[in-house]
Amino acid sequence: MKKALVIIWKDVLAEARAKDLLTSFLLYALVAILIFYFALNPEIVDDAAAGVLWVAFTFAGMLGLSRSFFLERERGGIDGLMLCPVEREVVFLGKVGSGFLFMFVAELILMPVFSIFMNLPLIIPRLVLVAFLATIGFVSLGTLFAAMAANTRAQELMLPLLFLPTAVPLIIAAVESSAGVLAGAPWGEITPWLQMILAFDAIFFVLAIFAFPYVLES
Amino acid sequence: MKVLDRVLWTLGLVGILFALYLVFMWVPTADVREGIAQRIFYFHVPMAWISFLAFSLTFLGSIFYLVRGGKGWDNLAYSGAEIGVLFAFLNIATGSIWARPAWGHWWVWDPRLTSMLVLWLIYIGYLLLRSYAPAHQAPRFAAVVGIAGFLDVPIVYFAIRLWRTLHPGPVIGTGGGLHPTMLTTFIFSLAAFTLFLILLARLRVALRGAEAEIEELKEAWRE
Repeated sequence: MKKALVIIWKDVLAEARAKDLLTSFLLYALVAILIFYFALNPEIVDDAAAGVLWVAFTFAGMLGLSRSFFLERERGGIDGLMLCPVEREVVFLGKVGSGFLFMFVAELILMPVFSIFMNLPLIIPRLVLVAFLATIGFVSLGTLFAAMAANTRAQELMLPLLFLPTAVPLIIAAVESSAGVLAGAPWGEITPWLQMILAFDAIFFVLAIFAFPYVLES
Repeated sequence: MKVLDRVLWTLGLVGILFALYLVFMWVPTADVREGIAQRIFYFHVPMAWISFLAFSLTFLGSIFYLVRGGKGWDNLAYSGAEIGVLFAFLNIATGSIWARPAWGHWWVWDPRLTSMLVLWLIYIGYLLLRSYAPAHQAPRFAAVVGIAGFLDVPIVYFAIRLWRTLHPGPVIGTGGGLHPTMLTTFIFSLAAFTLFLILLARLRVALRGAEAEIEELKEAWRE
């Protein structure tokens, strides 16, 4: 566990110096929402706020994950990690931890920004909970696929092609529960979707931690 | 060709021809809005069945490849994905042809249609990954997708069902008022297609083995 924290700390330090991932995530999501307002009628976008939010998070998140592994490969970081005397599972925990940290922090920054555009309350605690839970599954599965995609010839094509269809249940559940939260629905209507997010988190976290060592082997 | 393959060929060919006879000449058209297009059901459902079976071959092959290793398991997984992608596509296409007269739309965002589409896309990703990944890593990467994709199927289905529903319910096991002649035709068609799948999978696995052998011989010859 401590070793995983060291890996997270390494990624945080690298990010604090390069300010690469957070910036690209935030700007990408912002540009995405801008395009929504141009492509669709502004009232439609406001009605579909939950969907717009998650489309922006999904694409920005994928960009961040793919960037993170690209940097690891480019500077030989992943080779260094593999030479470390730690289990591959620990490397996975570290990478998921740092990926989660970046994505969740970026979401926390973005939610008030979206709220300003969409005329919503600035802080919506239940939306933060949905984002927190959904990001766990998102990053678990995303880290596994990003590690694979980083080794392929068409990295920026491979990650969305593998990740998006597989993550469909997570995206549906995240959008539906966020829409419920934004519409002020009672807990009873949101819990089935939260349960689905939790089920997805559990299944894909276990699968990813099992499969990750095979992906790192070369 | 081995004896078993010959037997499968003959049974599969005769079976599918006879299924065609049953579907077009023997069984009466059910009294439904879409009329004659209803008969597509006898091929549409077996195609879905075949693709699920084929994807389970991929799942099994992938697990055994990761845990035990061995080119044979990988060949099985790959062949399953290829056959599954083909039949999933045929299933979606025949469904679309049926849906137009029955529902008035080529496509609706119903759980079964949507999950089949998602499933198809996952395995398209599987096949693409195989051609984009470096040759020595491709089988391992693909195995991971083969397992993840298969585990995803129930969650996808459940998620989309919670989201919205329209497709006709299951016909088997619910006693859903299927006429005996229709049931006979359906079961026969299902059996014929299953034989066909076994044959296809065997041939594809053998072909991939032969391809690998040729590559090895080429390598040896170059040295």
